[in-house]
Amino acid sequence: MLSLGSGGGKSTKPSFVSYVTPEDMKIKEKEEGLRSKHPYLLPGEVVFCSANHVLKYTQEDASQRGVYGTLLCTNFKIAFISDESASQETAPPFRNKLLSENDIPLTCVDHIYGVSDEKKKLIIGGQVKSKYPSKLIIQCKDLRVFHFSLTYAKEEEAKKIFQGIVHHSLEPKSLKCVFAFSYCETASPSQASRKSSLTLMFETKEDWSVELGRTKGNCKVSSANADYVISEKLPQFFVVPFAVSDDDILRFLGKGIPFWCWSHHSGCALFKMACLPTIQEDGISQKYMHRMLDAVTQDQLCPVKIEDLSSCLPALQDLQLSYNKFKQLFLIDSTTEFWVSDMKWFSSLENSGWLEIIRQCLMKAVEIVDYLESAHTSVLIVESFFVPAVPEEHCSDLCCVLSSLVQIMLDPYYRTRSGFQSLIQKEWVAGGHSFLDRCNHLYQKEKEVPAPVFLLFLECVWQLLQQHAPAFQFSETYLTVLSDSINIPLFSTFLFNSQHHRDTAMKPGHPEAQRSPLNFPSVWDWSLQFDCKAQSLFTNPLYVAKPIQDKALRKTSHQKHQRQLSLPNTLSKPSPRKGFFKEETDNLKKIFLGKRISKWLNPTESSKELYESWQRKPLDYQGLLLPYLDGPSVRVWMQRYLRWVPEAQIFGGGSITTVNRVLELASEIQDLQKEVERRSCRMNSSTAWTQVYSGPPLSARLSSFPFTATHAWSFKPAIPSSIRQSLGSVSSLADKEDDDCQGSGVL
Amino acid sequence: MEKLTAGAGGGGYSAEQGSAVPGVVRKPPRPLGAGLGSSRQPSVEALESPSGSHVEWCRQLIAATISSQIAGPVSSEAISRDYKALRDGNRLAQMEEAPRFPGESIKAIAKDVMYICPFTGAVSGTLTVTDYKLYFKSLEREPPFILDVNLGVISRLETIGVQSHGENSCGMEIVCKDMRNPRFAYKQEEQSKLEIFENLTKHAFPVSNDLPLFAFLYKEKFPVDGWKVYDPVAEYKRQGLPNESWTISKVNSNYELCDTYPALLVIPTSIKDEDLRRVVAFRAKHRIPVLSWIHPESQATITRCSQPLVGPSDKRCKEDEKYLQTIMDANAQSHKLTIFDARQNSVADTNKAKEGGYESESFYTNAELTFLEIPNIHVMRESLRKLKEITYPVIDEAKWLSNVDSTHWLEYIRLLLMGAVRIADKLESGKTSVVVHCSDGWDRTAQLTSLAMLMLDSYYRTIKGFEVLIEKEWISFGHRFAVRVGHGDVNHTNSERSPLFVQFIDCVWQMMRQFPAAFEFNELFLITILDHLYSCLFGTFLYNSEQERVKAELHTKTVSLWSYINSQPEEFTNPFYVNYENHVLYPVASLRHLELWVDYYVRWNPRMRPQMPVHQNLKELLVIRSELQKKVDELHREASTRSLSSSSDRGSSPSHSATPVHTTV
Repeated sequence: MLSLGSGGGKSTKPSFVSYVTPEDMKIKEKEEGLRSKHPYLLPGEVVFCSANHVLKYTQEDASQRGVYGTLLCTNFKIAFISDESASQETAPPFRNKLLSENDIPLTCVDHIYGVSDEKKKLIIGGQVKSKYPSKLIIQCKDLRVFHFSLTYAKEEEAKKIFQGIVHHSLEPKSLKCVFAFSYCETASPSQASRKSSLTLMFETKEDWSVELGRTKGNCKVSSANADYVISEKLPQFFVVPFAVSDDDILRFLGKGIPFWCWSHHSGCALFKMACLPTIQEDGISQKYMHRMLDAVTQDQLCPVKIEDLSSCLPALQDLQLSYNKFKQLFLIDSTTEFWVSDMKWFSSLENSGWLEIIRQCLMKAVEIVDYLESAHTSVLIVESFFVPAVPEEHCSDLCCVLSSLVQIMLDPYYRTRSGFQSLIQKEWVAGGHSFLDRCNHLYQKEKEVPAPVFLLFLECVWQLLQQHAPAFQFSETYLTVLSDSINIPLFSTFLFNSQHHRDTAMKPGHPEAQRSPLNFPSVWDWSLQFDCKAQSLFTNPLYVAKPIQDKALRKTSHQKHQRQLSLPNTLSKPSPRKGFFKEETDNLKKIFLGKRISKWLNPTESSKELYESWQRKPLDYQGLLLPYLDGPSVRVWMQRYLRWVPEAQIFGGGSITTVNRVLELASEIQDLQKEVERRSCRMNSSTAWTQVYSGPPLSARLSSFPFTATHAWSFKPAIPSSIRQSLGSVSSLADKEDDDCQGSGVL
Repeated sequence: MEKLTAGAGGGGYSAEQGSAVPGVVRKPPRPLGAGLGSSRQPSVEALESPSGSHVEWCRQLIAATISSQIAGPVSSEAISRDYKALRDGNRLAQMEEAPRFPGESIKAIAKDVMYICPFTGAVSGTLTVTDYKLYFKSLEREPPFILDVNLGVISRLETIGVQSHGENSCGMEIVCKDMRNPRFAYKQEEQSKLEIFENLTKHAFPVSNDLPLFAFLYKEKFPVDGWKVYDPVAEYKRQGLPNESWTISKVNSNYELCDTYPALLVIPTSIKDEDLRRVVAFRAKHRIPVLSWIHPESQATITRCSQPLVGPSDKRCKEDEKYLQTIMDANAQSHKLTIFDARQNSVADTNKAKEGGYESESFYTNAELTFLEIPNIHVMRESLRKLKEITYPVIDEAKWLSNVDSTHWLEYIRLLLMGAVRIADKLESGKTSVVVHCSDGWDRTAQLTSLAMLMLDSYYRTIKGFEVLIEKEWISFGHRFAVRVGHGDVNHTNSERSPLFVQFIDCVWQMMRQFPAAFEFNELFLITILDHLYSCLFGTFLYNSEQERVKAELHTKTVSLWSYINSQPEEFTNPFYVNYENHVLYPVASLRHLELWVDYYVRWNPRMRPQMPVHQNLKELLVIRSELQKKVDELHREASTRSLSSSSDRGSSPSHSATPVHTTV
């Protein structure tokens, strides 16, 4: 519905549909009282309904223990406010300023189950009758699971809160209902307009020029789409080869244009392209494509390789299916369920196929890296060359995943925090990834394919990060928090399908109202969510910063030469003018060339050589970074997926302990340095020791830190509820005596 | 962490820069400088190959874990001079010859042998067989390719036919206990090749050929004597023993009471000698319940024993019942005693039909019996065999997870950890004494008690403490290492062999992964222990019982593994170590948290690179800190000699020296 190819028939309902009913207004009067009870009501946040005496089960066991409190539904979130507010005052070390522990943003709700008469039933929006279940199970997209009992609440309230929650979180709504709109209308502009100055937003010509300059790219910034005259999916500014004219861009409304992503120091570059709407047999589009590819080779003076992602990566639907299976492994209702599912862990993990998809993406990225790094061949990524994978294909899904991964592997800049954020702005936000549709924030069924494409990208980055921790300036926690932020309906970054979509949505609703356009905060404005202390956990203390000597040293011709020697095939490189295709898909060959120009190594072989030559050199964290892809190397992102599962918590352990140890050491070094300075200056004033934030003592902490619930965890070992084993397969051996022969040993 | 980077000054963290400083960054973990002098063989390699490349690094880690690294100051000098002479001669064959340990002699050399590497393809070179190792070196590659397999690790030798390698029509496969099967090909006609095979057979299985194990020939000298690490009296004293309930008894000093138990045993003070004899008769292999560990506060104890000889007729032994009652009474905090039978309930029932059995709760009042359902040694052997199948030589990426699942290896690790957690929890939270046994009380029992002790007592998480733990719970209490490993024995099909100790070390590694800062030792320490479990270079793991060791005069005729390790503890130290003191570690025994120990089982695969460099980073930080600390101390001394400093100055400095952080630099 929000797509652009349809010729501007924008169908977003312009009118603001108010869901605030007169009854709600009455509640609004009570809001003052609630506000004192719930100090975290944000600007523009309105309480729709609430119910007292709701019991929230503590997840720790299957028993019926819990906390009483009030369950609220606002235009932003579902919130539970405990009656025992006193104990809540022990503020968690890592608090999100927008959300407290028991808050669920409406867009973060994944599934709701109702339990009545011991039967668990999935609640589907729009089908709710006047009956309400006695127990609600809310599964969140960030993998938290909440259990609420409505048994003790007043019938009227219970009914209302149930219907309210279902209505606001499970039913389709219009974009204007998203909380960001009411937030930004109310919040003081100063609060919303702070920007991270280091992150390039790629909204202006300048940002693109800076990026082109940084990578020494040999392309031009095009303003052909200024004011979105050509395409509403494309950003106003983008980079294309010099030979691509404005007319070319206009011809197929931006389709079939090679968009520049990044330039390798050898001169070759990475491009992505949306396929043409239809391939006509008349040869017009054929000639057109020829010209576009020529344009690429001309500027870069190297051959080009087309990477068709549809042939080797799963379709978006499969992605969604796989993730749904995978996610289920972590949405655990009870201790018994945890231990039962534990026995099937490896097989369920393999069945989900999620790790395999991650591996495939990384593998494909390595192949592309190989072309750029060893063969000095430009690469043009297309989502699918002929048949669009999704009805309106815009090289903005898997293309984004691959192009971003390739850049992270090749360019250390993207492994810094600001670089990473700029990369997401460049490839995903400016690149027109349909965040709104893929995340399905509006619950519009059957309109678009929801798929965790961006999450897949974060997963791949996490794999690289856990394999090469010192190469990244940001931490695992940063990635986890970023993945959570997708589901907070406040950030312009994740709320729209394109820049044009955002710009029109943020225009003031009524032209006569003389207001400036709304200014949604960017997710990169981290201070909106976390204070400085919490943000310090985003930094990887093991990061090996760029050495002082310049990159120029590494890029000596000597090294390049070596590289070529190790890869004999590059010597017989076809002249750039003639051959631009290597290993095309069969269709491509037939239509464009009719015959094969040059045979290329099969991909696994060439990557193998890349790996070998890479492994021969000392590992440079500021240089090329390749993922390990063998079976054991691709792991589950434990922090993200297991953090809310109490049975999986390691008391006093987890990788956080090493991070903490480094932080501790860093602070000690800092202290000592100060001490040295102080003593050598013979200043006798008692300077306060500055401490790097490190949270509670090491031994008293859970492995899920900083994602720890505030309430006290019992310090108990996790012992399975049942240790009955299913070890039938080895019975013949199991029955054997330990010692067959009673002989007195060999010696 | 900009501050942090600044703190490093111009030093930077780049690999190139770091490797210029010896022993700081990206150096292989092997003895360096400090008292021992550099080891000879790897140092020669280090000269020839660019250090720092991570293939090299990985290879050297492997090399370092194999005994080849070990060298004393005297020998290393002598040999490296020899080697220098060889190098000066610059003849290929000589260059490919093997370096040797003191006491090691070359038995056969064969040139133009082809090693068929499953990862990098075939390579030709010289194969040397000594009485300790098989050594293959090829100068065809840069850096030179070296394969070093100690003979102790060989499980069986097989001749194989190889058609595809030209003239080299004969082949030999060396099936190893440490998850690899190197293959060689050579020409049929040459006599020297025959010699190689014969010599290998002879020296790989010395026990079967009436030859001494290499440990008795090995003549290395170390500055530290590892045999002194474990002193039972000192260890029991550390635990607060003897006390009014428990005594250190010499009743077994001649190994007459029980020939598989150590000479010193901790038993209840009140037990009478004649009662003890009855208990001895009632327990399999005479392995009576004895104390392993006592809780410093609650006085709850871990006692270990073998199964009671109950038999099908439900035989009772009043003295045994009383004995367990005494153990329970020694702990005033609880009126219960928990007996953990490691076996599967069904198996214990089968044993009962064959004169074995378990304590009946109706005869042993106040005792509760729990089966931990752990399968026996044959199941474990089979599981590791399957594991080797899926990891060597190639890994099937697509089916990796289900393949791991099908070996059940991690499932058994999980069972062991879970059992140990239950034992530890009984003591810590339940304040209840426990009795642990399986059938004979030397396999699963040792695994469980030592793991539980590791969870309960932070002392065992130090390097010294862990050595004590192994010496005590495994070696002195008669885990039958010689039989389970099959040291020097040609009979590879012996069903008594089983990787029980490997499994235990794997459990320790899993705990280390869950608590990366709680252990003083690092992964290399564990890998080194496992390598020398097989190597027969050190006497530590030889023989089945203390009695056999005393008879063989092991302590005077062989070197202890701990001599080697404790002579360079910095190599085996975990830089993240923080003393958890009295903190009990409960690992989560969930498959979600267990992982295959790739750095051990899959280490021969060059694509599996260990993740050590992070530790190197931290070590650098530690250096910086200690330097700063020194500077501060110096300044402090200066200030105090000037005797003008105020007391406030003085106050701040001790707070630093008191930081409870372990530092090794």
